[in-house]
Amino acid sequence: MTITLVFLGAIMVTVISWLLKQTLNTEPWVSDPAADAVSGTSLDTSNKTMGLTTFLAVATSIFALFISAYTLRMQEPDWRPLAEPALLWFNTAILVLASIAYHWTRNAAVSGNTARLKPGLLISGVLTIMFLGGQLIAWQQLIAGGFYVWTNPANAFFYLLTAVHGVHLLGGLWVWARCTTKVWTGAEADSVRLSIELCTVYWHFLLLVWIVMFGVLLST
Amino acid sequence: MAYVSIADRDHEIEHHDPQTFITKYVWSQDHKVIAIQYGVTAIFVGIVALVLSVLMRLQLGFPDSFALINPENYYQFITMHGMIMVIYLLTALFLGGFGNYLIPLMCGSRDMVFPFMNMLSFWVYLLSVIVLLASFFVPGGATGAGWTLYPPQAISQGTPGIDWGILTMLGSLALFIVAFTMGGLNYVVTVLQARCRGMTLMRMPLSIWGIFIATILGLLAFPALLVSAVMMLFDKLVGTSFFMPAMVSAGEQMGTGGGSPVLFQHLFWFFGHPEVYIVALPAFGIVSDLLATHARKNIFGYRMMVWALLAIGGLSFIVWAHHMYVSGMNPYFGFFFATTTLIIAVPTALKVYNWVLTLWQGNIHLRVPMLFAIGFVFTFTHGGLTGLFLGNVTIDLPLSDTYFVVAHFHMVMGVSPILVVFGAIYHWYPKITGRMFNETLGRWHFWLTFLGTYSIYLPMHYLGFLGVPRRYFAMGNTDFMPESAQTLNAAISVTVIFVALVQLIFLYNMIVSLRNGKKADPNPWGGASLEWQTPDTPPKHGNWGHELPVVHRWAYDYSVPGQEQDFTPQTVSADEVPVGRDHGMEH
Repeated sequence: MTITLVFLGAIMVTVISWLLKQTLNTEPWVSDPAADAVSGTSLDTSNKTMGLTTFLAVATSIFALFISAYTLRMQEPDWRPLAEPALLWFNTAILVLASIAYHWTRNAAVSGNTARLKPGLLISGVLTIMFLGGQLIAWQQLIAGGFYVWTNPANAFFYLLTAVHGVHLLGGLWVWARCTTKVWTGAEADSVRLSIELCTVYWHFLLLVWIVMFGVLLST
Repeated sequence: MAYVSIADRDHEIEHHDPQTFITKYVWSQDHKVIAIQYGVTAIFVGIVALVLSVLMRLQLGFPDSFALINPENYYQFITMHGMIMVIYLLTALFLGGFGNYLIPLMCGSRDMVFPFMNMLSFWVYLLSVIVLLASFFVPGGATGAGWTLYPPQAISQGTPGIDWGILTMLGSLALFIVAFTMGGLNYVVTVLQARCRGMTLMRMPLSIWGIFIATILGLLAFPALLVSAVMMLFDKLVGTSFFMPAMVSAGEQMGTGGGSPVLFQHLFWFFGHPEVYIVALPAFGIVSDLLATHARKNIFGYRMMVWALLAIGGLSFIVWAHHMYVSGMNPYFGFFFATTTLIIAVPTALKVYNWVLTLWQGNIHLRVPMLFAIGFVFTFTHGGLTGLFLGNVTIDLPLSDTYFVVAHFHMVMGVSPILVVFGAIYHWYPKITGRMFNETLGRWHFWLTFLGTYSIYLPMHYLGFLGVPRRYFAMGNTDFMPESAQTLNAAISVTVIFVALVQLIFLYNMIVSLRNGKKADPNPWGGASLEWQTPDTPPKHGNWGHELPVVHRWAYDYSVPGQEQDFTPQTVSADEVPVGRDHGMEH
């Protein structure tokens, strides 16, 4: 549980210290013209950005808990470490490229370069789908080698962790598909900018999660 | 920075107005309608759970007198009663119900920031309730694993509902978590992003603070339940051994081996303990507002109240294993978790002192919501004090499996939050419906419920001291239990039936007052917070007519010396306050 506690501790410290900063040295019972000007828009960020940030905290909690469960279960005597397929290195490289491609698309959207959006989104999407396909092939290799989900908890965790990560990417692909459809039907860079920016953050987040997860899987 | 709110633009308002009956009342994206949908659904399942508790008490009070209740049923009733009350009633009602209704109205917004997702949240919640209730009718019946669903027994031979029962339960929980996450994102982002001008975080009423922090706790803690549910589904369906140890069942070696049941307990309580505060923090917040409004006094120590909420929220993540003193975990853990558990009593006690000090020399109006609020201070203090006993490992070990624990947690997170729920419903009923409820029936409802629940749970502490074990279907013949214990059990059961019937007064009052209640004043209690200042009662779609309110003060300007009225609404600026006789000297 240490891992979860560290992650959640970091999230809680951020949230609580930010909230405390708003509350220290205030005397809400005293009339204050400066406070009269404050509102929800004072944070100067969009609702969707805030929504995604909050969701990333939730997702972090999920992944941290899975990894905590992994490290706790590992200590039991029946644990037989799994030799991860070498294909995972290739998949990781693909996911890194997908993240880079999304970032490249984001730069285009920010600078208003509508022409570059189509190739950018296409490359990002294809790379992401390739990664998911690669993960499926890795599963097949394991199954062919007799490493079934029920034969050992290490195998079970491998399938479970990769599946949960994949499901999160699929959710991202749904947003990607909506945005891509818009761009194909002639949307300007400005109208899809926020969506692309947030997707980029999400892709980077899932890349980071994958690298941490892959590291944990490799080292145990 | 120039203040421009998107929702301020006029065309936006007309654009969003629902046109048909379906979009207005069924597939509604209006936070007020969603709040009522959440509330009504939650109360409905709550009644189901209440009936289940009556059935359990029938068996305990009058063993083997009812052919309907056998050991299997009894465990199914326990499980469903606990799960429904904690999650599908209290969590859904406080956050989905009151959170939805109050956040936009108290923060001065037109609606939640993601109305479509908010609507989806309710419908997924409804689906989770339907799946949950369906488990009564699936082959094998509902799961009887206890609300904590501990493996291995939750999915092993001998426990009721190990096939479809546990699957529907886990599925329903997963759906609930999805629904809650969609709602929770809305509540957090709305509080942060959609407050009207002048509404600093420290001018928000404590109800909003409580709901806000509880939502953050929920968003971070519910994943633990999701993770444990998913892993148990794997153990059940695919034959993995995340939690399932090597077992011999009926002389036969089972296919599982090596799993760790304590791992499940860690995950479950990592969710389960914050869950206590997910229910308690909104109650803390709401009760603060009820006390201040009806005592005509500002809440004592507003900032301290906010900090206490933050401290409790943070600490609630590092006390979970105090539910596991008897689980066989490393005994040294007990020392750590006992310490953190006792530390959490400090901010909690601060809140109780501040509630009492708010009443001190206040101009107390003992109206129905106030009765419930004061009742809460009693039951919560009582339940909190027994928590100090159980937080210590050495006291918990002998008491852990007795009725003392049942009495403790029902006082602290059963009766107390429910009293706040009732108080809050009475308090905001005039705003929600535009009608007044029947005051006399409300008083009867309070006194019978308050005294009734006390006479249920107070004697249970003594049963616990005697060593009467909880979770048992029948006590059998034992020497250590005097006959009077059974007499007491019968008396408790009779009281339970009585208190359950008393709730019909509440339902009757709420339903009949919808039509026959007298038309409510827009601000019947003289409340200073924003929801009482809406142009229409009940508030229309968009809440504020054409212009959003502008806030100039905090929500607790009651009985300010030198002002004509004994309250100043948040929307009144310093220059507009009518000066008159001195209210501060009234008493």
